[in-house]
Amino acid sequence: MGLVSAAAYETVETDVLVMGAGGAGLRGAIAAAEAGARVLIVCKSLLGKAHTVMAEGGVAAAMHNVAYQDSWEVHFADTMKGGKLINNWHMAELHAKESPERVLELERWGAVFDRTWQGRIHQRPFGAHTYPRLAHIGDRTGLELIRTLQDRVVHTTGVEVHMEVTVFALLKSEGRVGGALAYRRADGSLVLYRFGALLLATGGAGKMYRVTSNSWESTGDGTALAYEAGAQLRDMEMVQFHPTGMVWPVGVRGLLVTEGVRGEGGLLRNKDGQRFMERYDPDRMELSSRDVVARAINSEVEAGRGTPHGGAYLDITHRSPEFIKRKLPSMYEQFLKLAKVDITKQPMEVAPTIHYQMGGVRVDAETAASSVAGLYAAGEVASGLHGGNRLGGNSLSDLLVFGKRAGDAAAASAKKNPKAAAAGIDPAEIEHAIATLMAPLDRPEGENPYRLMAEIQDVMTEHAPIVRDEAGLAAGLEKLDGLRARAEVCGTGGGQSLAFNPGWHTAHDLRSLLVNAEALLRSALVRKESRGAHARSDFPKTDDQLASVNFVVEKTAGGMQVRPEPRPPMPEYLADAVQRSYALYTPEEME
Amino acid sequence: MADSDLDLRIWRGDAKGGELVSYRVPVTEGMVVLDAVLWAQANMASDMAVRWNCKAAKCGSCSAEIQGFPRLMCKTPIADYGDHVTVRPMRAFPLIKDLVTDVSWNYEVNKQIPPFTPSEKDMNTSEPWRMQQKDVDRVMEFRKCIECFLCQDVCHVLRNHDGKSNFYGPRFMVRIAALEMHPKDSLDRRPLLKGNAGLGYCNVTKCCTEVCPEHIKITDNAIIPLKERMDDAYFDPVRALIRRIGGGRKPKAV
Repeated sequence: MGLVSAAAYETVETDVLVMGAGGAGLRGAIAAAEAGARVLIVCKSLLGKAHTVMAEGGVAAAMHNVAYQDSWEVHFADTMKGGKLINNWHMAELHAKESPERVLELERWGAVFDRTWQGRIHQRPFGAHTYPRLAHIGDRTGLELIRTLQDRVVHTTGVEVHMEVTVFALLKSEGRVGGALAYRRADGSLVLYRFGALLLATGGAGKMYRVTSNSWESTGDGTALAYEAGAQLRDMEMVQFHPTGMVWPVGVRGLLVTEGVRGEGGLLRNKDGQRFMERYDPDRMELSSRDVVARAINSEVEAGRGTPHGGAYLDITHRSPEFIKRKLPSMYEQFLKLAKVDITKQPMEVAPTIHYQMGGVRVDAETAASSVAGLYAAGEVASGLHGGNRLGGNSLSDLLVFGKRAGDAAAASAKKNPKAAAAGIDPAEIEHAIATLMAPLDRPEGENPYRLMAEIQDVMTEHAPIVRDEAGLAAGLEKLDGLRARAEVCGTGGGQSLAFNPGWHTAHDLRSLLVNAEALLRSALVRKESRGAHARSDFPKTDDQLASVNFVVEKTAGGMQVRPEPRPPMPEYLADAVQRSYALYTPEEME
Repeated sequence: MADSDLDLRIWRGDAKGGELVSYRVPVTEGMVVLDAVLWAQANMASDMAVRWNCKAAKCGSCSAEIQGFPRLMCKTPIADYGDHVTVRPMRAFPLIKDLVTDVSWNYEVNKQIPPFTPSEKDMNTSEPWRMQQKDVDRVMEFRKCIECFLCQDVCHVLRNHDGKSNFYGPRFMVRIAALEMHPKDSLDRRPLLKGNAGLGYCNVTKCCTEVCPEHIKITDNAIIPLKERMDDAYFDPVRALIRRIGGGRKPKAV
């Protein structure tokens, strides 16, 4: 029996469809609804479980509550320097200017932050931020942000949430995206969403790698769907290894250890007890940018100076137990429970873990519009703000600033195109998409998708590690070809049921992962230099020629294409801000 | 490399019925119950339904009853048990499939709680708000809640007496406490506590506190202070007397 013919779908219409219920999706939904649009949020998990809850350290905003010298210019310069200058400077400017307002707004919606003695929002120091800048509440700032936005969404009229729904295809009509096909995880029933505009807020693709701080959801759906719909991707070679993930026990390998530990004074040591960061970044030491610290730990381990489980020691025992428990409560709990390590008495063992995708959908700085009409993207799925490396704390502010901008723009776009939701869509396209989704269910003998996912992770771990080279990347691409062919004919791993069948869902997730992995390898091959998170052993130096270039990924008739694209130079006032910052704080970086 | 094998018994089935199914899972050092469940899923039972996300006890997705005790699977080391572990779905909610239950009732309850509402004055000022750390600390405990709903699962009003139409459950007492004790909130939710929220149904057995993975002292710090506030408004004999003399009215429950 063919399941395909039986697959009927229900049609649901809205003005703005938001994919993803993390910080960017929720903030975008609120903005769109406040602009008068009917908004529908779809998310793969339950509301409030999005990966944003994993953000621990804080939200970066130049509110100068702790260091009066801070200003948007300094925050802008830090972001650009951290991103090794390939950021979209206009996004970095908007972000630095608007994040204080977004944080204060969050407080007015009920968010609670730690305070200074004068009662202002407290700000903690963080890697590569010149001044203490991260508004935080202990080490669970992401949860605070999600819960505040979630409660706001629930009480905003005009917003509806469909939980545990996965979008598997975008549909276009006359060049504009106007439909999205989705399945409900609980029973496998299908929905065709019709909308005036779509806001992608799907997060990253950490699941490409085995050792990651990301959850099962982070399969890069947004980037893959946008790519398939013809949108341009950008900076896909840039993925962030967070320097400090847990390494032991095996079961928790990759689990995040917040940068807040270093922000609160934590020291990194190798097995000989040396504070090795003095050899890599003597000025900023532990609070250097994430790419530098991750490579430093990697180098120490490779040189045989790693800890027994292949990492570095992160030590905060010089602070009082009360301080640690108050400032880092979930870290204390996490190590005590999972590793039987009391971090007030013993050092933690840490090593780099895949954490964040700087690249993603190419968007317009002001509106978050992609290169496809009607399609918007904000948060980790978008690219530009972070360039070659993201600073800690800039992600949460990114979600708020560009979530709002994207929501506003998507609502305006839907209003301007009232007929988009009813525009004709080729039924053959719908049928094909559904057939592709259902096919694994009809292949009881097909390969196990979990095994294929593990193989993709092995390929990326081996061929796109912290330090890459041409031969490795090319070999990785070849292996991906083989995996893609196998994924196209894989099964579900056994179960043929439509009801909550993760094997079937995983079979589809492979497609997203493969697009992200291919884009990463192809972009990494053509960036023949080392910059930010992208390090090449065959091109260990930064190439000034490539400082003004971003690599753009596009789908063409001949497959995936990557091409360099020059970026317009910064206006003088922004360039000055960066120069001043180099001169004042990191003169050794100015050659 | 496996140190030994675990006999992992997982409840498989749906609302119509089901049974415990045994899976032999190789145990590695530091493994938690969620690792074992996901191993079984990837290798032996691809269609086994289970919710999980962060795997770091921060999202509250992987709630289940492990050896009969409501816990987060991601935070429960296998080493805490012998060579067998039994995992069942939360019992207080309707079953969807295997370890996944329908928790949508909780989301409906949340909608009924009036949201954070600052005073007019606070809303209209353009100055950033000032609050003191000690005031923030008080609500911080409640805001740690990750909505795993384990407290709802164990609450006997909801679990044994199916009191969902009478009582919002401990999770939402924590939610209301976070709002009521927020230094900038101006609403009075005591009528709600007395009325639809059904605070009176809680008879303080503290089971919810015992299962909270965030160690929120739900009963002591949220429920009891709320009960005191409610009792002040509704059951204080001195106030009743003053009301009688002064012609005041007893506040109405909603």
